[in-house]
Amino acid sequence: MSLLEQLQAKFGDNITGHNLEAVDPWIEVAPVGIVDVCQFLKTAPDLQFDMLSCISGVDYWMADEKKMAKAGWEPHTEVVYHLSSTVKKHTLVLKVMLPRWKDDVEGQLPEVASVTSVWRTADWHEREVFDLSGVRFVGHPYLRRILCPEDWVGFPLRRDYEMPLEYHGIRGR
Amino acid sequence: MATIDDQRIIEFDVRTDEMLVNMGPQHPSTHGVLRLVLRTDGEIVSEVEPHIGYLHRCAEKIGENLTPRQFIPYTDRMDYLAGMNMNLGWALVVEKLLEHDLPEKAKHLRVIIAELNRLASHLVGMGAYGLDLGTFSPFLYAFRERERILDLFEEACGARLTYSYLTPGGATADLPHGWTQKLSAFLDQFEPLIQEYHALLTTNAIFVKRTANIGVMSAEMAIDYGCTGPVLRGSGVDHDLRRDGEERYTDMYDGYAFEVIVERDGHYPNDHNYPAVPREAVLGDCWHRFYVRMLEVVQSVDILRQAIERYSTASGDWGQPIKLTQKLPKGEAYLETEAPRGQMGFYIVSDGSSIPWRVRARSSCFCNLSITNELCRNCLIADVPAIVGSLDIVMGEIDR
Repeated sequence: MSLLEQLQAKFGDNITGHNLEAVDPWIEVAPVGIVDVCQFLKTAPDLQFDMLSCISGVDYWMADEKKMAKAGWEPHTEVVYHLSSTVKKHTLVLKVMLPRWKDDVEGQLPEVASVTSVWRTADWHEREVFDLSGVRFVGHPYLRRILCPEDWVGFPLRRDYEMPLEYHGIRGR
Repeated sequence: MATIDDQRIIEFDVRTDEMLVNMGPQHPSTHGVLRLVLRTDGEIVSEVEPHIGYLHRCAEKIGENLTPRQFIPYTDRMDYLAGMNMNLGWALVVEKLLEHDLPEKAKHLRVIIAELNRLASHLVGMGAYGLDLGTFSPFLYAFRERERILDLFEEACGARLTYSYLTPGGATADLPHGWTQKLSAFLDQFEPLIQEYHALLTTNAIFVKRTANIGVMSAEMAIDYGCTGPVLRGSGVDHDLRRDGEERYTDMYDGYAFEVIVERDGHYPNDHNYPAVPREAVLGDCWHRFYVRMLEVVQSVDILRQAIERYSTASGDWGQPIKLTQKLPKGEAYLETEAPRGQMGFYIVSDGSSIPWRVRARSSCFCNLSITNELCRNCLIADVPAIVGSLDIVMGEIDR
């Protein structure tokens, strides 16, 4: 039984998609199911994904509607988890698809459950994604900006981000 | 055990107040700008909070506005002590997305350059660690040897710190004529000097006292925090991407004789020529992290000798850089390489144009630093530089 079938059998609807033909094959997980899936991937004896290599936020959006239609994707934000195992020496990519704004209200951050309870390293990684890509991790113990100052406005790696004109008297543009 | 009942004695003699102490941002013992906020009770540290972001140069954002080859100089500036290894990581992930394969000779060239930079980087790590603990000579010794490596790099690519030498498709140029002979001569001269470093630090009684059994990190803890590289191997985890990584990367080291530097049953591979583990040292402490680095220097020398041999005899081309505005296929790729400080990962997403849609760098020191609070709990203030120094962080990589 492949890993995908194993996950589908165990988590059913929480496994919402996959692409096994990609350069790095990935499996899509529902935002609510991510913690359970990760916990299983970490503890299952034949998987043992004990290391979380990276969490990245990717924003799919373009100001130009024509280009947007040509690109072939709906506006959304992806949170990508790269896992690896120091025991089994294998890797896995998980994805969570989120709306760009929660309930389509601009400024309301999309939400996904935090995996800090599974891997401690997720703490800083999630803070970074929150800081730069604007994704709220529900259940994170201390979610606040990590690279930008506390009072920074906006999320720099979002496609609709605009550089502030001024920050504490420092000219921005 | 005697107890104190008199309230006045407690007030004046025993009771200490909690205090917040700022260490940094510009502390001489950090490579870059790091601010640590310590919560102290007398000499004891109860909490450490690292504040990062002072060097944030928006590397990821810049990557979304440049073609992969134009982005190479920015990768140099991430881990500026191992620019070549950063170039390599980015080059490999772009090649992975393009499904571009390199000729044999180019792979050996990359092994030579990457290992030589690892050597230079570990030398700074070792020298600067001595500086953290208040000894100056190792720093001078290490820089003396590093200068010679930089001379070699300068001859190969014209730069001493920000090389931009390895690029997607191979390297910007072949190694100059007679370069490998100079490298061999350097290795012959350098190898006996490693004993000097061991005499200066590894077996030095003060050094052992300052590092053994300090900042002990268990294997589980290291993995949980995503620590990699010498920090992970110093805790006894047998994991090195040069052997265990993705095929595109391990392919470079295919056929090379080398062993992962990690403690097995109280012994390190090839450590018979070097001082044994002192009795005070505990697996996962600052001393072990330092020692792993020192043995990796020896291992790199060994790999370099093999690589020179293979490079000289390999047939074919040394590889050509890809076109500056090469179109990228639609898709995404992620690849991790074993940089001197740990696993450096690059993630590239493309929408089909020549400029990546998203560039992400996963840096090793970012994870290595996040464990500081856990390691420094209940240690002395003087141990904080010893612990942070043993992680061998470069802030340029953390803040990007």
